[in-house]
Amino acid sequence: MKFQIPIGPQHPALKEPISLRMTVEGEIIRDADLRLGYNHRGLEKLAEQKTWIQNIYLTERICGICSHSHTTCYVQGVEKLMEIEPPKRGQYIRYLVSELERIHSHLLWLGVAGHEAGFDSFFMYTWRDREIVMDILEIISGNRVHYGINTIGGVRRDLDEQQVKHILDSLAILRQRSEYYQHLGTNEPSFVARLAGVGYLSREDAIALCAVGPTVRASGVPMDVRKDDPYGIYDEVPFEVCTAETCDVLGRTVVRIKELFQCYNIIEYLLKNLPTGPVAVRAPRRAKPNEVVSRYEAPRGENIHYIKSNGTDKPERLKVRAPTLGNYAATIKMLKNGFIADVPLIFAAIDPCICCAERAVALVDARSGQEKIISMNALKQLSRQVAAGNARKREAEWPL
Amino acid sequence: MLTKLTHWSRLKSPWILHLNTGACNACDIEVVAALTPRFDVERFGILLKATPRHADVIVCTGPATRQMKDRLIRIYEQTPDPKFVIAVGACAMSGCVYRGAYNVIGGIDQVIPVDVYVPGCPVRPDAVIDGVVKLLNKLKG
Repeated sequence: MKFQIPIGPQHPALKEPISLRMTVEGEIIRDADLRLGYNHRGLEKLAEQKTWIQNIYLTERICGICSHSHTTCYVQGVEKLMEIEPPKRGQYIRYLVSELERIHSHLLWLGVAGHEAGFDSFFMYTWRDREIVMDILEIISGNRVHYGINTIGGVRRDLDEQQVKHILDSLAILRQRSEYYQHLGTNEPSFVARLAGVGYLSREDAIALCAVGPTVRASGVPMDVRKDDPYGIYDEVPFEVCTAETCDVLGRTVVRIKELFQCYNIIEYLLKNLPTGPVAVRAPRRAKPNEVVSRYEAPRGENIHYIKSNGTDKPERLKVRAPTLGNYAATIKMLKNGFIADVPLIFAAIDPCICCAERAVALVDARSGQEKIISMNALKQLSRQVAAGNARKREAEWPL
Repeated sequence: MLTKLTHWSRLKSPWILHLNTGACNACDIEVVAALTPRFDVERFGILLKATPRHADVIVCTGPATRQMKDRLIRIYEQTPDPKFVIAVGACAMSGCVYRGAYNVIGGIDQVIPVDVYVPGCPVRPDAVIDGVVKLLNKLKG
């Protein structure tokens, strides 16, 4: 006997609107289906109406957790288009904020994972410590979430000695706390028992389904854009790619905790080797007709922006491939043959950021209210069908 | 007597439902941050509830997208009376940067009535607390 269970768009387990349809047999999920589009705002189209500078603040609002990764990815691409190179100090500050954002995102995720596993005190602990990072970010940029620090050709704010000292002091506290989380996350028997073996994704599946970020790294694949295709200053910063071999939610937790320590090391390196000089160069208002693909390792995985310019002060096309979208296919695989009770945990384990991923086009039948998400090929076929049915028009003569 | 009791309990334990209608996650995270130790709204008796049927206050973040519009109305209707809506963030107030996008209707108030507006992009957790306290004062009066 098979049942369909809808989860979402508003559901306690999900912070953001997304709809999951589970086909279940008893307690076991046999099939899963994702319904998207609740968060689709038409951002790519909107970007075509705004100038290069305005778009920084628009791309920042693609996502509120990895806002800096979207702007950095965009700005890197635009800098390539405009053929300018930001000064070293500007780059160091830019990627310093990147790593701080990674810390805040991973701490946030650890809390959510604890919450989904029924370990709420862990959630409160990590979120309390997350406030330390938020304070640092506020001191650097003036805002807690949307930093607005990137600009084309560098960054908008400089660091002074006092801020550097404050960051280093705060890092010492965070490092100490993270050691405790590492101990807790890998030794606390009830927590480990809840996470181990849940949401299994084999190494082969992870590669075949194009999983990204901590999800693929937890399946033993050392894939990280910062190492594979270094952008910015990452070719001069020493760090390791963290992986785990367990292929389950526990592995994803371990990878993220390990990455926290790498982030602390990177930040210390960046602050100790902070070059002197200006933080930004002047950028032209227009970009020559060209196209560029920009890659960036966001906290959730690889983020890709494709930007096309046509010689004006506005982009002709901006395409965003957020890491969560890359992980959807793998999530379906992980959900299959699992238990219903594991759905929130598995779904949370990819660190879903639905607002990032909502780039698809959904067609809604206005009469029946039925909605379907259509692929480009199906759309072409549909248009051919309509054209074929309309024979008279095809034979009609061109009026001029 | 009974009305006094309900009035008192309403003031002392406003349960909230957090609803994302197309936000960029920033306001959502700040709303959740308001529940965690640094800001801790639980000391006002505010609890985050999972279903609209348990909630008194709907905390809405994000501009209303076309896809979410019907669901928003449905969730508003599911909430028992008396119900209040707080529009959190610039998007929920007017649409913010998404204003003019083809899939965005505008602020939440285009779809359902709103009692309190909390500005900010994103709002700070302190501002969320301030908004809730203002709503409670409104109830008192």
